Amino acid sequence: MKAFQFILLGVLAVFLFYTVLDMPPRGDLDSPASQTVSPAGTPVAGAHYIQHAYPDTNTPNMVCVVLADYRSVDTLGEVIVVFAGVMTCFFILRRRP
Amino acid sequence: MITQTQSPIIEIVSRGIAPFIQLFGIYVFFHGHYGPGGGFQGGVLLAAGVLLLRMSMGAVPSQAQVSSKITIAICALGALIFAGTGLVTLLYGGDFMDYHYLPFPGLEAADLRYYGILLIELGIVMAVMTGLIAIYDDLLGINHAGNS
Repeated sequence: MKAFQFILLGVLAVFLFYTVLDMPPRGDLDSPASQTVSPAGTPVAGAHYIQHAYPDTNTPNMVCVVLADYRSVDTLGEVIVVFAGVMTCFFILRRRP
Repeated sequence: MITQTQSPIIEIVSRGIAPFIQLFGIYVFFHGHYGPGGGFQGGVLLAAGVLLLRMSMGAVPSQAQVSSKITIAICALGALIFAGTGLVTLLYGGDFMDYHYLPFPGLEAADLRYYGILLIELGIVMAVMTGLIAIYDDLLGINHAGNS
């Protein structure tokens, strides 16, 4: 049984490394992720964010801009999740004096 | 944990390290505009500094820094600052979370968005920091009076 597990892991590793070999190199301008127009002819959203992040907000860190400006409703949801966890602990665990 | 630690080494080292952890947390929070960092990471570091003192100094003496009574209130206030920033932009004629409509006079649209991001990061850092401290206090069993 243990040998079967190792063989299964090896086969999966072969599949993974074979897939990694087909990926474009890092920073390749010709890769599909770096194009401003998708193969279907529609504009790509990521290129718009990269090009407009600094002129829109004067903030050099575009990750921060996407997190707090373009996707701020998503971040609001994360904070609400944290707050909901805190309130759950408060109601279940806190001792009354 | 609840009582003070018996080892003087642990107490002195944690008392020396905790302010630097909190200072680094503030740096990470304000550096979020220019590099890796932001509200969540800075809030966790600030909470780590307080929790180190909670664990080494004991629960009752470390109440002087951040009291157990105000953690839930500050956590709610942080979430309210975040949502309130979005509501203010909604009231002043923009979309939800469109910081261009924040009512700060004399600033360009890009600078308004800069300070809008700073405002909501402030809300995140308050909510995450005091939230983690509140969860720790609840798990430890500290009640509202601050004693165990």
